[in-house]
Amino acid sequence: MPVMTEKANPNVKTDKLNAGTKENKKVVYNTKDLNLWYGEGHALKNINLAINENEVTAIIGPSGCGKSTYIKTLNRMVELVPSVKISGEILYRERNILDKSFKVEDLRTSVGMVFQKPNPFPKSIYENVAYGPKIHGIRDKKILDEIVEKSLRGAAIWDEVKDRLNQNAYGLSGGQQQRLCIARCLAIEPDVILMDEPTSALDPISTLKVEELVQELKEEFSIIIVTHNMQQAARISDKTAFFLNGEVIEFAETDKIFSTPSDKRTEDYITGRFG
Amino acid sequence: MMAVRERFEYDLQELQKKLLEIGNFAEEALHKAIEALETQNIELALQIMDDDSHADLLYEEINDLAILLIAKQQPVAIDLRRIIVAIKIATDIERIADFAVNIAKSTIRIGSEPLIKPIEHIKQMHQISTEMLRLSLEAFNDDDIAKAKKVADMDDQVDDLYGETIKELLQINLQKPEFLPQITQLSFVCRYLERAADHVTNISEHIFYMVKGRQYDLNN
Repeated sequence: MPVMTEKANPNVKTDKLNAGTKENKKVVYNTKDLNLWYGEGHALKNINLAINENEVTAIIGPSGCGKSTYIKTLNRMVELVPSVKISGEILYRERNILDKSFKVEDLRTSVGMVFQKPNPFPKSIYENVAYGPKIHGIRDKKILDEIVEKSLRGAAIWDEVKDRLNQNAYGLSGGQQQRLCIARCLAIEPDVILMDEPTSALDPISTLKVEELVQELKEEFSIIIVTHNMQQAARISDKTAFFLNGEVIEFAETDKIFSTPSDKRTEDYITGRFG
Repeated sequence: MMAVRERFEYDLQELQKKLLEIGNFAEEALHKAIEALETQNIELALQIMDDDSHADLLYEEINDLAILLIAKQQPVAIDLRRIIVAIKIATDIERIADFAVNIAKSTIRIGSEPLIKPIEHIKQMHQISTEMLRLSLEAFNDDDIAKAKKVADMDDQVDDLYGETIKELLQINLQKPEFLPQITQLSFVCRYLERAADHVTNISEHIFYMVKGRQYDLNN
């Protein structure tokens, strides 16, 4: 096992002035000295990130930089990988989710996730959304109807599906399926929504719809989005973290990252000079 | 580091080349304008006025190229500033080329009336301001803010010469009031050159913005 006492990386430039909390927003996720290994491979190195609530935080970086690994640690999905080892802390609402006493089921109730490829269940549109609340014990049809409508409205897909709620979700287009998955995520009333390249399989118009949706959703939720599309990060996020080789190179206001980044490597990446 | 975005790099270089081209054109136009003034060459003055459409054409080309680059390449950070700044610099240079036309017009208005005195100060102002223009284009090309600062500092010399020359022209006016029309035109020429140097100072500020990502006032 590698040494656990590595100091925070002094090369990380966190813009204290800008990345601070102008409106006194609360920190939803506070990652402290997080290290993660896949076997011998050091995939995340001394990650320190404080993510605010009701903001969109984008995570960008080239393939293999650790951004997907990082987002999967936030809901402990990464534990599904057999050889994984983790050190450090991830405080979600000030409780360390890496602590053995933290029940993963509780975490997943508060933290929803949307994946790269839309993955609806092979069920009706209605059942896709009602599935989570039912698991949580809601049986009342009227309440379920309300949740389904509210969630589909929240995901900006209600008008497109309201007349065919009992049809199979597989009949929807890719963009609609992805918004359905977002609705399914909203139905459990999460606190945080993690998105792992949610639009990479979508056409440009569906992509813009999901982006608009993300902007609306941040009023109620905290959103952390991994994206390969830098323009998307620039369009929709409040803060951006740039990952490279398992490290956070720079974390600052998105406006700053895309205009005057502090680190040459960030500049080279966002201007397309490498990656 | 692997070079990617070769097409983008190529187009950016094209933009820089065009900017150098319009810069060289403006410098040449000023040379000719001062030569026409000194030698009272009306034909050359008319030619300068004719040629100015070329500056307008280059200016339009730079704008079109910049707009296309933004639309097709979605540049960010220094790349985006470089393109925006290229448009601004082209605007300043196009204006400088217009001053050459204005000087040519003054030359035509003075016509064949003998010059009241040698135009040494005007030539000096011209020499410094065109030197500033050339250095500023080098600074743009090399992202060289030290050079851009030097250019901005040179503006003081032009301002001083301008003040002296105007004072001198006013004194001549007291002694030879019958030359008022010519003195007025020569004062205009001084003013055009002083303004040209100011536009070069703007170019220096644009270069600072491009490199540093924030506004600097180099006009003191």
